[in-house]
Amino acid sequence: MMRQIISALNKKLLRDLWIIKGQLVAIVFVMASGIMTFVLSFGVIDSLELGQEIYYARSEFADVWAGAKRVPQDVDEQIKQINGVSQVETRVTFGGIIQVDGMEEPATGRIISLPDNREPLLNKIYLERGRLLRPDEEDAVLASEAFVLAHDFILGDTVDMIINGHKRTLKIVGVVLSPEYVYSLGPGALIPDNKRFGVFWMSQHALEAAVDMDGAFNDVAVRLNRGANVEDVKAELDRILKPYGGLISYGRDEQLSNWFVENELAQNRTMGTVTPIIFLCVAAFLVNVVMTRQVAIQRVQIGMLKAVGYNETEIALHYLRMVMVIVTLGSIIGLIGGAWLGNGLLNMYADYFRFPYLRYTYSADVMIIAVAFCAAAATAGTWIAMKQAASLPPAEAMRAEAPTEFKRTILERLGIDKFFSFLSRIVLRQVERRPIRAFLSALGVGFALSILVLINSMYDSVDYMMNVQYDIGNREDMMISFVEPRHISALEEIRLMPGVMKVEPLRDVAVHLSHGHLSKRTGISGIIPQPDLHRVLGADLKPIDITGGGFFMSRMLAEILDVKVGDVVKAEVLDDRRPELDLAVSAIYDEFIGMGAFMDIERINSLLNEGPVVTGAALMIDPNWNGPLYQNIKEVPSIIGMAMMTKMRELFEELMDQNMMQMMGVYVVFSACIACGVIYNTARIAFSERARELAALRVLGLTKGEVAYILFGELAVVVFLSIPMGIVIGYGLVAGLIASFETELFRMPLYINNDTYAYAVIVVLLSALFSFYLVWRKVDNIDLVAAQKGVE
Amino acid sequence: MLDATTEENIVFRTDEITKQYGIGELTVHALRGVTMEIPKGELIVLLGPSGSGKSTFLNIIGGLDQPTSGNVHFKGHALADMTDKELTYFRRENVGFVFQSYNLVPSLTALENVELITDIALEPMPATEALAAVNLHDRLNHFPAQLSGGEQQRVAIARAIAKRPEVMLCDEPTGALDSETGILVLQALQNVNRTYGTTTIIITHNVAIADVADRVIYFADGRVSNIVENENPAPVSELRW
Repeated sequence: MMRQIISALNKKLLRDLWIIKGQLVAIVFVMASGIMTFVLSFGVIDSLELGQEIYYARSEFADVWAGAKRVPQDVDEQIKQINGVSQVETRVTFGGIIQVDGMEEPATGRIISLPDNREPLLNKIYLERGRLLRPDEEDAVLASEAFVLAHDFILGDTVDMIINGHKRTLKIVGVVLSPEYVYSLGPGALIPDNKRFGVFWMSQHALEAAVDMDGAFNDVAVRLNRGANVEDVKAELDRILKPYGGLISYGRDEQLSNWFVENELAQNRTMGTVTPIIFLCVAAFLVNVVMTRQVAIQRVQIGMLKAVGYNETEIALHYLRMVMVIVTLGSIIGLIGGAWLGNGLLNMYADYFRFPYLRYTYSADVMIIAVAFCAAAATAGTWIAMKQAASLPPAEAMRAEAPTEFKRTILERLGIDKFFSFLSRIVLRQVERRPIRAFLSALGVGFALSILVLINSMYDSVDYMMNVQYDIGNREDMMISFVEPRHISALEEIRLMPGVMKVEPLRDVAVHLSHGHLSKRTGISGIIPQPDLHRVLGADLKPIDITGGGFFMSRMLAEILDVKVGDVVKAEVLDDRRPELDLAVSAIYDEFIGMGAFMDIERINSLLNEGPVVTGAALMIDPNWNGPLYQNIKEVPSIIGMAMMTKMRELFEELMDQNMMQMMGVYVVFSACIACGVIYNTARIAFSERARELAALRVLGLTKGEVAYILFGELAVVVFLSIPMGIVIGYGLVAGLIASFETELFRMPLYINNDTYAYAVIVVLLSALFSFYLVWRKVDNIDLVAAQKGVE
Repeated sequence: MLDATTEENIVFRTDEITKQYGIGELTVHALRGVTMEIPKGELIVLLGPSGSGKSTFLNIIGGLDQPTSGNVHFKGHALADMTDKELTYFRRENVGFVFQSYNLVPSLTALENVELITDIALEPMPATEALAAVNLHDRLNHFPAQLSGGEQQRVAIARAIAKRPEVMLCDEPTGALDSETGILVLQALQNVNRTYGTTTIIITHNVAIADVADRVIYFADGRVSNIVENENPAPVSELRW
């Protein structure tokens, strides 16, 4: 017998797909959206992590660091002998004020020595532009790329830096990246401010000569053998350096840039895994529901195929091919789109994560998981529906579905049906007749709504966090810090500067806190008992009153150290004398950003046996006097840092924008697509299921409007049911995400703005209206004669 | 006519088949015990009012439905003993169905609707031949929506005969058609019966159609009330109603 190239059944498949092309597009896009978000965000995360891994490996990023006052060069031999140490690089490094031409306010910088005539063994720098240093050059430096870009420097430009009391003019000959400064954070900064903090590398002999450190070093980086015990090495290193004014050594987990990078990656990982998993699940659920319906309306055809001798396997394969077409299209769009968007997003991240080896990574695992998950969900939906249809005896399947038993609705039993019109009662009975279907439809739309809530709530949380942090908590306009602790009378000078309206003393102490075997390098802030500007807030957003002393700790820090109120922690103060304090925790407070500890300024000074000293101040200033104030501040040599809160907030928002909101923006579009796709499909299938019935009603004399009312009334009930469901699910998703979204840098508050709910509801309602419009055109065109003859 | 009494000339033999739907007070007795033999090659008409059990009977002998009790033998094989898979193959190889509502696949052309069967049948005739047999050689590439009711039903007949079935089971094939078109459809069925010797069972309400049958079986209230053999069946062309 002559076989067709395409069997009749496959032709049916293709034509059926063509007929439902509108819905097909919607399903494909729902699926593609799920796959896309999954692929792009895992791709970005994998790429960043791989970029970090490769960079750290190639640049021989150190494992342990330690600073000291002045260590004779030959001590490095002792360090090399420590068990577990494989490489040691010693260097000289200093911080200092930088003056950049054309910039009103001062900046701070760090200068690091580079070995003459060889590459450093550890923390190798990566030359982006320009050239490396020559041993005979006195004032040539390599500068960190972030700083160079922030100031639009070109090679040959100079900056002035005060290094150890001597002003040097540094000439930039090369632009570099360093694994130690992927994020360049200035002293005390929480956010990279590339304009006000720069890093420079200078030849060893030049720097040693400039700061009088010949034959000595004040900083050491160490790389460990695989399997070496970090804590043992740190302890031994501390012991060796102690006579030379050694500060507590620290590992990668406390290295500032790495800590920031890790936090950023952790944040992205949470955002980038939880969200796409939710998306994929929602998409899979929706594809499942839609496919189930799609097959269910082919019940008669399935009966006919069975009657004429097709077996269940052949019929199953027929519908599975339909699924395969959808899965294939959805996957292709999802994978290509995901990779394309992922690549674009990664390029944006590249501005922030300055890894020289950042390439978009296509992970086969991720792609396979995404596709398999959607395929499985679609197949399961199809399979169940197909089985249901095929399990009916063919004679029954081909009969028009027997009228299901209609009951009087609850409303009628309650006797309040008289408030509803005849048509409304039809609608209510339809809904009540198939409560599970109505529920599933509403659940599908509810899920679409919930992801809209989820995505937009992230903006709300960030916004809320910023408001609490900078409007309610830290109300100062500016913070200044001194090189060294100074007598409180130094603030008088500042109080008299132009534009200064209020001054509050601050005393920051760098400490190494430990509790049992747990420890953390952090700072303790001394503040006045009832501050007006720099305030710490309690759970009720009221400032905590610390009158009477006490030691207050943020919850994140308390968790890291595993302490409860009343526990005593040991604080090793990181200065030359290294005094140790035992502090009992008197309260634990919640803080969204950073993790701090604070106490009464007088108490900390007395504990340290110091008089009334300050390390900085919080200022309220009149913005009209910014210029003269900067001029004044620049003239105070003891001020090394200055942070403007508005600037900080701007930077913070920019950072969030770059790192979170870009991805959020993509999600917002996808969640709207999913909402539209689901509602359109629900409406379209409801129409298919009812086409004949509606045609019959039209024949009986109902107007198009009345018929539409019956169809859309049912859908409207579904949409209205979906709104509370979606809000509840959305709230749950947000709560879940927030709970998993906690890094040392941020704790996101669970805060959902009413606007967010409103936006989600509006998108759903607009999608519903648009879908109704599309389906209305079908109602408008019902062919009364053809419908009665059973021709679709 | 062939001798209807010899075993090899019997296509279907039913033995006290009953069919009940539902349970308790709502039970409907669609068949209350039907015993009969269908001889090979005949054109048989089942007559009777709505609800008399004709369709139920046809569905059961066609393997689309299972009797509540009793048994059906197709050429000596008991359908009750067949698995679902065997029933499927029984239908695929031996039975051609024609339904009142045509049940064509709307997304396939006339030719493709027939190919749906020739794709899976063991020794099918070419789909074009089957369509030519019902006088539709010039409508091969029309979709169901582009065909009249009578044409659609003739496509359904072509689809049924294309597999060269042992029996054709037709449930009110002319029920939805006017007399002129109905006659064309019956003509096609009679041609098939005469040309290929296919045993053909037709359900109808239309008493006039009984004239063309070799045998008329009357149904009433789930039972066979009468069987009339027709020595000289009329050609369809002489029918009028």
